[in-house]
Amino acid sequence: MWKWFHQLASPPHFYRIVPIFSTLLLLPGLALIAYGVYAGLFLAPMDYQQGDAFRIIYIHVPSAYLSMMAYMIMAVAGGIGLIWRMKLAHAVAASAAPLGAWFTFLALATGSIWGRPMWGTWWEWADPRMMSELILLFFYFGYMALRAAIDDTAKADKAAAVLSLVGVVNVIIVHYSVEWWSSLHQGQTIMAKDGPAMDPAMLYPLLANIFGFTLLFGSLLLRRTRTEVLFRERRTRWVKEMILAPEGQR
Amino acid sequence: MTAPVRRMPGMLDGLLAVARRDLLLAWKRPGDVLNPLFFFAMVCTLFPLAVGPSAEQLTFSGPGVLWVAALLAMLISLNSLFISDFDDGSLEQLLVSPQPLPLVGLGKTISHWLTSGLPLVLVSPIVAITYRMQGDVVLVLMLTLTLGTISLSLLGSIGAALTVGLHRGTALLSLLILPLSMPVLIIGANTVSLAAGNETYSAGIWALSAYAVGTLSLAPYATAAALRISNE
Repeated sequence: MWKWFHQLASPPHFYRIVPIFSTLLLLPGLALIAYGVYAGLFLAPMDYQQGDAFRIIYIHVPSAYLSMMAYMIMAVAGGIGLIWRMKLAHAVAASAAPLGAWFTFLALATGSIWGRPMWGTWWEWADPRMMSELILLFFYFGYMALRAAIDDTAKADKAAAVLSLVGVVNVIIVHYSVEWWSSLHQGQTIMAKDGPAMDPAMLYPLLANIFGFTLLFGSLLLRRTRTEVLFRERRTRWVKEMILAPEGQR
Repeated sequence: MTAPVRRMPGMLDGLLAVARRDLLLAWKRPGDVLNPLFFFAMVCTLFPLAVGPSAEQLTFSGPGVLWVAALLAMLISLNSLFISDFDDGSLEQLLVSPQPLPLVGLGKTISHWLTSGLPLVLVSPIVAITYRMQGDVVLVLMLTLTLGTISLSLLGSIGAALTVGLHRGTALLSLLILPLSMPVLIIGANTVSLAAGNETYSAGIWALSAYAVGTLSLAPYATAAALRISNE
């Protein structure tokens, strides 16, 4: 087990094996998304209250879920890199940030498009989830800006890891304080507290998409990390040897 | 002949020495303390000019405006927390000293709060009265600002430690600290609004106290870690 772990952490080994793993995640992920999107858009029955507008849920919920998942991965990877000085973990954290920011943006954009017909507004300041998600997006921006501002990669890694760990504690507090804040305003949102039970024909495509998006995210994260590793190791011998090796042996 | 008994410096001595030194420095350069206060007063002046000076408008938005202005004033003052020590090399001396770094950082943060947070709390009643705030609401405002600025100083010290020595530090510091400080702003401003509307507001006070205690316990460690990283 530990040997495997150490091998994985070695950049040349990681660089070599990623394409296989990334494809292993990508193919079932794409299949699940294909099923989820098709079943969600065409097979699932229309919502009795929201009509066809609810179908955006099939993109919105997986994005929102991954926006938080990516942040957790980023922070945990940063913590691992900080504690065990594992260089690969920092590369994972650096690669997770832009992906997470994109999923956060997707969640906000689809939520906003959904809100237009449902709540009659593009943006609802009083909705706690929209606010938390927006603040999460700002966190991502701050994180990436800090990384970009520090030229020394090793230093940037550690500083960003500290920031993401501080952020984890705070994201939770932000979530609850925003909820408390919005409960002061009169209930303008229609969202029921624990949502209506879902019809299986609606639920299964959603679950398929959630899993599919997660696999897609994992695959993209591996690919991004691979590129990041290559960039960080650009001055090492194994990269030079690999570049100079004949086509078939890379 | 007996040598004079010399006490070994204890754990709190570093903290107190650093805090005293920073307070002395602030005393010699009062501009650094006064500028954020002028900024605070000016933001509060801009607002009625922009949205109109009617009494109900002012009572309605007063708590929010005062709180946002205080938050921005704190941000402005945070920039100078470590920068002069970094420039003249004394920060490195603090890092290699045998004193625990979290406490040394806490000493700097305490003096930062005494020279930025506390003056804001003391000036806020004057501005609050011009915003037609009632006497008891002003007291709530001062209480929330006291608790809130303590948290902001501590949170800000993490950001200041992370960005010390970076060229584009100022804008970056705001980008890092503003999302972190949102709970303080939300709870602080709304507690004052609740008090102004004659509703129960004690929950907000407790939440702010909890947040202040939480940051007081955790932030010094993050600041110390960030200072070590920034000075590698």
